[in-house]
Amino acid sequence: MVEARIRKSFPARPDAAPFSLDVAFTAGAGITVLFGASGAGKTLTLDCIAGFSTPDEGRILLDGQILFDSGASVNVPPRSRRCGYVFQNYALFPHMTLRRNLEFAAMRSPRLERHRKVNEMIERFHLGDVAGRRPHELSGGQKQRCSIARAIIGSPGLLLLDEPARGLEAPLRAELYALIRQVREEFHIPVLLVTHSLEECFELADEMLVIRDGRVVQNGAPRAIADRPANVEVARLLGIFNLLQVEIADLDPQRNLSRLRFGEFDLWGPYFPGRFRGDRVSLCIRPEQLRVAGGDGSGGANQVPLRLVRAVETPHGVRLEFEGGVCAEVSNDEYEGLKNNKKWLVGFPQRELRVL
Amino acid sequence: MSIDWFPLWLSLRVAGAATGLSLAIGVWVAYALANRRVRGGDFLSAAVTLPLVMPPTVLGYYLLVLLSRNSPLGAAYEWITGHPLVFTWQAAVVAAMFHATPLLIITVRAALESVDRTYERAARSLGASDWRVFWRVSLPLARRSVFAAAALAFARTLGDFGITMMIAGNIPGRTQTLAVAIYDAVEAGNGSVARAMVIVISIIAIAVIALATRLVQRQAA
Repeated sequence: MVEARIRKSFPARPDAAPFSLDVAFTAGAGITVLFGASGAGKTLTLDCIAGFSTPDEGRILLDGQILFDSGASVNVPPRSRRCGYVFQNYALFPHMTLRRNLEFAAMRSPRLERHRKVNEMIERFHLGDVAGRRPHELSGGQKQRCSIARAIIGSPGLLLLDEPARGLEAPLRAELYALIRQVREEFHIPVLLVTHSLEECFELADEMLVIRDGRVVQNGAPRAIADRPANVEVARLLGIFNLLQVEIADLDPQRNLSRLRFGEFDLWGPYFPGRFRGDRVSLCIRPEQLRVAGGDGSGGANQVPLRLVRAVETPHGVRLEFEGGVCAEVSNDEYEGLKNNKKWLVGFPQRELRVL
Repeated sequence: MSIDWFPLWLSLRVAGAATGLSLAIGVWVAYALANRRVRGGDFLSAAVTLPLVMPPTVLGYYLLVLLSRNSPLGAAYEWITGHPLVFTWQAAVVAAMFHATPLLIITVRAALESVDRTYERAARSLGASDWRVFWRVSLPLARRSVFAAAALAFARTLGDFGITMMIAGNIPGRTQTLAVAIYDAVEAGNGSVARAMVIVISIIAIAVIALATRLVQRQAA
């Protein structure tokens, strides 16, 4: 269990805007993903926990042991923090064989114990054939396995991974995810993983922290966050929503109804508590929730005629981009039936409408 | 024409000893400077550069004052070893060291600073002490550049003239190094001797530079 409250600010410099990190979170056994854009402070958070960077203020506890406490002037050096760190480029020592890399990491154990541990890791991570090779003679997947094995061989209390999947092709990425899940099953320690891929959050995260501009803006399970983003910033960061400017024209709590003004069209949605008539809000809906139909005229309720700008094939189907920045996603079959249309109607399902 | 090659052997012996001592001292200073964790690092850095820009005779004069039989350091040396330091071949070693160490520190520092910090961080996160990080990670990763720096330092110690003249003197058969002997030969109108010695020392210098360049290139590759 790791508990962290970290504050650190950087003044403005000629080549950089001022930045301040102010995060607080706890993470138990399992995978906690720090999700955010680059420059949001995710890696800095990891570095503060590992001891490579010193917070201005705050407190970091690992299993009840103080790693850093500005109030009590405690700052445990990185070597005593028991934090396994997997670096973006693996940082395997290039002048040592894979086995020596592991031995270096297990140096605290007595000789026989160390030998046993190294062999166990080599076996567990299927590195037996290449144990005598240097990092530059290894494949990407082998380096990956070795760097994770090296980080956990000393039985750390916490595993930190800094964008481990960056730059990996799809099969290697899948292999990496399986490996990280294996670590979660077998080691029962908190794992903090930095990423800017939402897909990775869904693959791995038990808990997800959305970080923006040095602040935790939302936390929870990935499903819960994707279903209910806390605000427009989170929704934008997730990158899976249409965010459309609308104005609330009417609210009717009795009938659980609301009327939204979207350009020159009216949309009906559920009642939005805590909003007022005349509020300008963002309508938040995922592309696959929109119902696209061919047709003419004004259409039915909650159907809006929009001009199709372009259709883009995606791995899962076809994305239809309409005027006004509205995106819809349909399957290939659906698109086959629709593609000869001249006019399009985009349906907004009343129950699924949410505003932020 | 018979040439007394004693100055060459003396020069090589002095250069070897001075390079070894320079490495032993210089690598630590370079490490301290590269890590920027020492107090007064800027002062140390300036102090290291100073011998490079001062006239050798000035440096030699300081050393002469510092190490003479009447000074505390010189007296302490005499008490320990039983003979004075100045005007011996050991004094030539000290002179060569002062000539070469600043350059060695600067090049080794650059070599250590060019090691990717991620490796050092990785080593620390794995529980390694500073000492272990240095010996097992930083130094091995910079080793070729450090060898190259040592080769350059060796070449430079061969060439010292001013400081050697001041504190080791020009005693043929005892403290006369090759650089000093060449000066002597020219003074005495011994052109052929001077020529032979110049050629030998040039060949050694070129060979050492070639070696250093190869080491650095192999590191880069």
